[in-house]
Amino acid sequence: MNNKVCNAAEAMAGVHDGDHVAAHIWGVNGTPGYLFRALVDRGVKNLTFYANNFLPSPPGLIALGLPDSSGTILLSQIRKLVTAFTGTRAIRGLGEEDFLDKWLKSGQLELEITSHGVFLGRLHAGAMGLGGFYSPIGIDTIIEQGKEKRVIDGKEYILEKPIRPDVGLIRASKADKLGNLVYHGTARGANPIIAMASKFNIVEVEEIVDTGELDPDMIVTPGIYIDRIVQIPREDAASPENRQEILEKVFADPGIRELVFGASRGEQE
Amino acid sequence: MKERLTEELIAIRACKELQPGDCCNLGIGTPQLCAMHVPQGIHVQTENGAIGYGPLMTADDWQQLDTDLVDAGGKFFTSAPGMSFFDMLTSFAMIRSGRLISILGGLQVSQKGDLAIHSIGKADEYPQVGGSMDLAWGARRLIVAMTHNTRDGKPKIVKELSLPVTAHECVDLIITDLAVIEVTPGGFLLKEFATGWSPQEVEEQTEAKLTIAGDVKEIEF
Repeated sequence: MNNKVCNAAEAMAGVHDGDHVAAHIWGVNGTPGYLFRALVDRGVKNLTFYANNFLPSPPGLIALGLPDSSGTILLSQIRKLVTAFTGTRAIRGLGEEDFLDKWLKSGQLELEITSHGVFLGRLHAGAMGLGGFYSPIGIDTIIEQGKEKRVIDGKEYILEKPIRPDVGLIRASKADKLGNLVYHGTARGANPIIAMASKFNIVEVEEIVDTGELDPDMIVTPGIYIDRIVQIPREDAASPENRQEILEKVFADPGIRELVFGASRGEQE
Repeated sequence: MKERLTEELIAIRACKELQPGDCCNLGIGTPQLCAMHVPQGIHVQTENGAIGYGPLMTADDWQQLDTDLVDAGGKFFTSAPGMSFFDMLTSFAMIRSGRLISILGGLQVSQKGDLAIHSIGKADEYPQVGGSMDLAWGARRLIVAMTHNTRDGKPKIVKELSLPVTAHECVDLIITDLAVIEVTPGGFLLKEFATGWSPQEVEEQTEAKLTIAGDVKEIEF
């Protein structure tokens, strides 16, 4: 495909029933929430979904009029979830119903727990075409269940298999038309690793610039990995400009500022 | 009821362990409070991909809010000169490199220094591993900042873990609301105790044997 730039629906034509899909999820930070909503519209089923974290959107964000762009909107489409963190202990601590319970109890969803480092190592192994690797993390824990173990130079290791997703859903700050990507702040996250490991990558970006405009020294993900480029529409409620505007409006209220950021430094002393 | 240290004071005491030039990672829970108290010259790392950033945002500087500067617990942080961003593979290589001091919370610590943090051991829960196993395995020095007892009063400093292990023989120092305890090859060494408590009263709240250090003293901040 010579022209990688398209809209979300066109990009999603590349996702099919039964696909293995990966994404970075860290609240809304670096998370491809616009593509998650497009994947709901696409309606594909029986996905195996890989995400470092998997949590519901904070109710506050939804109350502000931001659409739910968390991975949980995909739950009815996922058959198996591989993740390191679901935050469910804190949710139960608040006495609320665990969002995963009904899916797991009905047998519609299978959950595989991993650690962040193992998750990244498995993606890296996928990217490098490895058959697997021996990992020291999680000896005598749920991580080792059902896996081969081996002693190397007197130390115990667990055989971890690679992750090679069919589809990577990526979030970046800017793309050029070749798909070269730059990221901003901690929104980089696992995005570059997922892009290297996945066979077909769709990226949502805040801005598309002309080829040649990005400084080659600053490009993190080379365009060879990227197959479809989707610009988040400015009018979308989750576009960065909108998000910043909404947050600034909200934080203009000193009470809310204190709630989110804690007391001002002056008051603490 | 005798007074115990607040979570904030546990965090302040934990930060005293950090020396200028140290790089450290702060876990979720009590260690998160350390972010407001780390001394100058400490480089704080967050596993989602940043090191050397400034203090957390407060109500004072919200106008500089950049929603893409977020720590592991989802808190917004400020910029600082020398700060860098990187992908999470780089971040976890860093975490496992033995270059970071890790401050984690804890559910139990055994006298061999085994840590339980990711699971409450119930059949119907989903364990919350996150980065805890990587941090415990890879830290240059692992400090556990936690309460001395569970909410229903059971000791969390134990001979053997009754909860699922997160990582074996990894804890170096425990800072609780009652004491500062070092994990040594010979077991637990009580080094400091909270004001208003005696070393013997701390022992009564601890399941494992405590050796009382010759120079044991009240916790200072």
